Amino acid sequence: MSDAISVRGLIEASYFIAAILFIFGLKRMSSPVTARGGILWAGAGMVVATLITFLYPGMGNYGLMTVAIAIGGVLAWISGKRVAMTDMPQMIALYNGMGGGAAAAIAAVELFSGADHGLTFSVLAVLGGLIGAVSFSGSLVAFAKLQGLMKKTVRFRGQQVFNVVLLAVTLVAAGVIVVQHTGANVVTVFFLLALVLGVTMTLPIGGADMPVVISLYNALTGLAVAFEGFVLQNAAMIIAGTVVGAAGTLLTQLMAKAMNRSLGNVLFSGFGDTAVASGEGIEGSMKPIEASDVGVMMAFANKVLIVPGYGMAVAQAQHKVWELAQLLRERGVDVKFAIHPVAGRMPGHMNVLLAEAGVPYDIIYDENEINAEFANADVALIIGANDVVNPSARNDPSSPIYGMPILNADKAKNVIVIKRGQGTGFSGIENTLFFLEQTRMLYGDGQAMAAELIQSIKAL
Amino acid sequence: MIDGFIALYIFMLAAFVGHEVIGRVPVILHTPLMSGSNFVHGIVLVGAMVALGRAHTGLELTIGFIGVVLAAGNAVGGYVVTERMLEMFKSSKGDRK
Repeated sequence: MSDAISVRGLIEASYFIAAILFIFGLKRMSSPVTARGGILWAGAGMVVATLITFLYPGMGNYGLMTVAIAIGGVLAWISGKRVAMTDMPQMIALYNGMGGGAAAAIAAVELFSGADHGLTFSVLAVLGGLIGAVSFSGSLVAFAKLQGLMKKTVRFRGQQVFNVVLLAVTLVAAGVIVVQHTGANVVTVFFLLALVLGVTMTLPIGGADMPVVISLYNALTGLAVAFEGFVLQNAAMIIAGTVVGAAGTLLTQLMAKAMNRSLGNVLFSGFGDTAVASGEGIEGSMKPIEASDVGVMMAFANKVLIVPGYGMAVAQAQHKVWELAQLLRERGVDVKFAIHPVAGRMPGHMNVLLAEAGVPYDIIYDENEINAEFANADVALIIGANDVVNPSARNDPSSPIYGMPILNADKAKNVIVIKRGQGTGFSGIENTLFFLEQTRMLYGDGQAMAAELIQSIKAL
Repeated sequence: MIDGFIALYIFMLAAFVGHEVIGRVPVILHTPLMSGSNFVHGIVLVGAMVALGRAHTGLELTIGFIGVVLAAGNAVGGYVVTERMLEMFKSSKGDRK
């Protein structure tokens, strides 16, 4: 008996240490100077918690457990090492979905075993299972969309009503489980309904809104983990899950705010990729320019601000762009990178790509840090960005993106836009910046154009 | 036993911690931090192990097994991608490490 108690104490102490390591790890991850240490701390916490769990009293199936950990761990290790930096968002969605699925699986085992935990625990088990299952299937849909496996955005009449009804039916099934503790059939139906709900909730949301959705599912998975932690009486799961749930909710709000949209708007309006017939009455035309002219313009400029967007990520142009920036810096040009909070597919996505190319983070600036500098910049070089530099957000109240904070690239003396074609951006909104007097369009692939610019500057 | 109001207190305090920890994060760290918090809820692995460890019937064993596979994927994958992203952060003055 005393043996069991001391093992129990050792386990609780280890979970306690793990929880502290997680919190300090996350704290360190919120500053660029200490961020790298942060993940190591959190990783150490995870190793401690996982190893000590093998000593958990009253368990069996160690062989199966080890095999399962090996399968999941090795597959995730390989995929995580191989994935390109541009595909990070969908990879996070995938791993997040796995976590949600695991939480749902815990709930399923508890519910199928029919053990009576009392009312509170049954409610938490069922809720955690519901949230986990929704997060699982929803994240998989988000992954499929970003990976390009699912091109179409499925919408049908009355979809929101359908979702609400589906949620209501799922909750009724949940209620039956809580009250009756029985019926493997009801439990099965409940989980199937929850999985379908995750799919139908995510399908109508456009690709542009996916980062917010992934962040939301991340927070939901945290919550599901916390609920299952209460069911299993596991303090590490409760604390880590709740911390992630709260942090993820805040992060989701920050992202939605940066896009000037409310969360409800993202989830229910389906604006994400509807083409909006705006931009009527735009004066002027798009004026093309040659790379060699741009090269001269930039080489003799005092200040150049580079605005990257998702197009740079697609073209894998970040290395060439940094080479170009270095070349200009060697000539004494003041080069800075201006990043909009939601440029790319996730907040901070551009920073990660530029960091990959070797751009030091102290010449990369946020929208509010850099916006005043556009007025005295000689050249604003826009690479694959569109909506985040659209002046309509500032001066056209009828525009769907009106009120969204943007980078004031239109204030620069010259604006060069590298773009593959004349199409509109992700939101489908015509960009008035492209039609301005000082704007020139450099049509072509981001990487090829950056290479041409490098050549033309070297040739000077 | 973590029950009743004790459970509520833990839940409330942990929620405040989560809110505070992330409150002043610069935009450049949003993606890595989302990835990092994604890794932290990989702690679900611990619960999945317990669920599988206590499973008896074939159905419970199957679901428990899938749960552990998924949870291990969450934890390991979350760690690898977060570590890869954070590895790249350096200043122009400092060296790579």
